[in-house]
Amino acid sequence: MSVKWYLHKLAMMFGAEARRPTKGEETDAAREMKKFQKTPEQTVERRKIIQHELDFPVVSNKWKFARWTSIILINVMFIVSFAWDVQLVEGAMTASRFLGFHMADPTGALQVMLAFKQIMLNLLIGTVTVMIIWWFFGGRAFCSWACPYHLLAEWAESTHLFLAKRGWVKDHPFHRGLRVVLWFVFMGLALVTGYTAFEYINPVGIVSRALIYGPSLAVLWVVFLLSIEIFFSRRFWCRYACPMGLTYGVIGTAAPIQIKYELDKCVHEGECRAVCLVPHVLDITKMGYAQDTEEFIAPDCTRCGLCVDACPQGALSFTLRGLDKVI
Amino acid sequence: MSTDSAPEQPKKKRLTRRELERRRMLIRSGAAGAVAVTAALVGLYPVKAQVFDRLRPPGAIPEDDFLAACIKCGQCVQVCPVEAIKLGDGAEGYGLGVPYIDARGQACDFSCDAVQCVLACPTGALSHDISAKEEVFIGKARLARPSSCLAMKGLGFEGHARGQDFEGLLRYEEIDRWTPIKIADHPYDLELCDLCVRECPIEDAIYLEPLSGDDGDARHQPIITDKCVGCGACEMICPTEPAAIVVDTELSIERQKGAVS
Repeated sequence: MSVKWYLHKLAMMFGAEARRPTKGEETDAAREMKKFQKTPEQTVERRKIIQHELDFPVVSNKWKFARWTSIILINVMFIVSFAWDVQLVEGAMTASRFLGFHMADPTGALQVMLAFKQIMLNLLIGTVTVMIIWWFFGGRAFCSWACPYHLLAEWAESTHLFLAKRGWVKDHPFHRGLRVVLWFVFMGLALVTGYTAFEYINPVGIVSRALIYGPSLAVLWVVFLLSIEIFFSRRFWCRYACPMGLTYGVIGTAAPIQIKYELDKCVHEGECRAVCLVPHVLDITKMGYAQDTEEFIAPDCTRCGLCVDACPQGALSFTLRGLDKVI
Repeated sequence: MSTDSAPEQPKKKRLTRRELERRRMLIRSGAAGAVAVTAALVGLYPVKAQVFDRLRPPGAIPEDDFLAACIKCGQCVQVCPVEAIKLGDGAEGYGLGVPYIDARGQACDFSCDAVQCVLACPTGALSHDISAKEEVFIGKARLARPSSCLAMKGLGFEGHARGQDFEGLLRYEEIDRWTPIKIADHPYDLELCDLCVRECPIEDAIYLEPLSGDDGDARHQPIITDKCVGCGACEMICPTEPAAIVVDTELSIERQKGAVS
């Protein structure tokens, strides 16, 4: 992958629009493949494949249910650790001890250090541990495989799509750069006010604590966010606002676990983009947008696997970077 | 709004609409950002206005630093054997998810001996410099309602200190050194009420002093010494309603000083 193209993918995480690769960025193999796919015979062939898909639809929820299981298991571990006093994962999503090892949410820990203006060793150890874990699984994999708010938001999204299909609600997109601005504003607020201001509205902490220690009034804020997502803007918080998502995205810029896209299998019908939380990472699946015949999708990807389930051609798959070289 | 777009060419019109969409999207994004930041700043009010006056767990560093350093994870809540530590709700602003103690409901009785909450704290919001209960400063007890104090009236106490339904726990060393039991399971029969002195976990923090030299006068006054750490065991056990003895936070101690001068 060319460095320039990778930087473009990084820039997309910070709000840049998705675009086609330039002639220089595109590989020869990709150019050949695109030319081949545009031949009349291939166009007819592709139509046939798509018609066949429509006639015999295959629905797969493999990764979705694996992921829901993961989110529920992780959060249940937190709940039972306190409820039954088994000391498996003590604490909440913001900071915890997993079998005695410190874990800390990097965004929360950064705020604490900016607000308190001291580096705390335990917190640093916990943060680095968490960063290494999620670097491996792919940064924002935290979002879709662990975050309790994500699961609620996913259900809200289903409701939104149900209502939108009937024309009762409409999705209002926001600029993705908003998340970057908010990240800096919230970190700045921690530094200037001396309080962890963002944690006051962080739905991840609020939901996690409510699950473990019992519901609080703060849950009303989460209900408000979810209703925004149902009635006004699809996945508003996760797409355009959450600073935690951006931190994890940066952590996973060079992750071993990746979603691989194979151009030769793709029929460009866009099933994957329709289900994706961060559809700009899947712009490469549009006709003529791929940079290479095989490439990893952008770092903003949450590795949720919805596109892997959605793609009837198997053009998208989970992969461990470099595994093919080892075997 | 639609009047200006009517006479234009179809191609140009579509472009205008897209631009208009984009402008709307940018305005919407700015507004959403402003709302999010404002919502986060709402939490500043209860803190700056000092709406709440909370006792913090043992080892808590000064309030403003404490709110900054606490990562709101509740690990201190989890290790407390008497579950004395609660987490603040949204009304407390930046105190959301921050631990506090409601001494009247459940005081810290140091059942854990080695200040477990301090050891559990991952950030040092509960200072790790503390290793013994005597070094703690949560607040300081004060005889707030002398007129209702049973000892001040020279009266005894018989029965359940806080009623039979009270859920609060206390460690009675003479019964079980390791496991705290319900106060409701431990009735008293005292000639002179000395519950605050009797159940104080800190040595020489509180004692009863006769009000007069007269032998026939049973009236005694609880005297709180500088050794008091403010754990609140006295406030929890006090059988009068409301409690005759209460624990003042650093904030309320300062407020009282201000009121006096």
